Amino acid sequence: MKFGVVVFPGSNCDADTLHALGDILGREAVYLWHKDHDLKGVDCVVLPGGFAHGDYLRSGAIARFSPLMREVGEHAARGGLVLGICNGFQVLLEMGLLPGAMLRNKNLKFLCRFVTVRVESEKTAFTRLARKGQVLRLPIAHFDGNYYAPPDVLDEVESNGRVVLRYCDDQGRLSEESNVNGSLRSIAGLVNAAGNVMGLMPHPERAVEDLLGGTDGRLILESLIGGRVP
Amino acid sequence: MKVRILVSFKDSVLDPQGQTVKNALLTLGYGFVRDVRQGKVFELDLEGVSEDEARRLVPEIASKVLANPIIETFVWDILA
Repeated sequence: MKFGVVVFPGSNCDADTLHALGDILGREAVYLWHKDHDLKGVDCVVLPGGFAHGDYLRSGAIARFSPLMREVGEHAARGGLVLGICNGFQVLLEMGLLPGAMLRNKNLKFLCRFVTVRVESEKTAFTRLARKGQVLRLPIAHFDGNYYAPPDVLDEVESNGRVVLRYCDDQGRLSEESNVNGSLRSIAGLVNAAGNVMGLMPHPERAVEDLLGGTDGRLILESLIGGRVP
Repeated sequence: MKVRILVSFKDSVLDPQGQTVKNALLTLGYGFVRDVRQGKVFELDLEGVSEDEARRLVPEIASKVLANPIIETFVWDILA
């Protein structure tokens, strides 16, 4: 599987993501410049974390109009895999590839710390190596991660099993305290109806080596390639 | 022609920044402030556009780009 990491002006997790996919997973991984119209034949497009276009206007709002996003949209419509991490998740929301929007964190603070999230569905291309209910320890680093969607949209997403990750405590229990940013229904990650597009606020690419403080992120990236990497 | 567009959160959406400003005002003794909603202001200078065209195009720009209709709403008017 070949990966493409989209680079916007202001992306700052592109190199980490390329390292995780290329050096750790040992897969072919290339950068995709946002102004090009070329996906370079990749199987999976990753929208990395950062502050695309400075997050001016709203997080992810301007990135939606980058030239390459036309090809990314077509790739997604064909059933191609798309993973949006943090700012990449915000871009997917602004593009309308995933439902909802992000508000400022409930405590108005930029949160940069490890959190625990519960795997709600192992029936996705992004979590197939995980167990339902498994608790993952992953880092977050965001200002606008307070997930919002209207009640009818939330109900539709829930009833179709599209919520993939929820913020929880280290035992996998949901609480107001463990819901660090105030997201509705503690949503930390979700997939589209077809299951080929996922967005999540935690950074799996920052948890792929013991040196980084954890390796739980590998489960998500390795799910994409369908097997554990020694 | 200059137009001004005011974007703010929908009433159904929590506005934690507005709440924080309200609390600051209450702390300062302005106890009559019942609520604060924070928003953004955009001023656009339009060229070669009639008022009728502006009435069609400005809401289009506002709903497509300036506001996110899932969480925000907007009002606008012509300045000059």
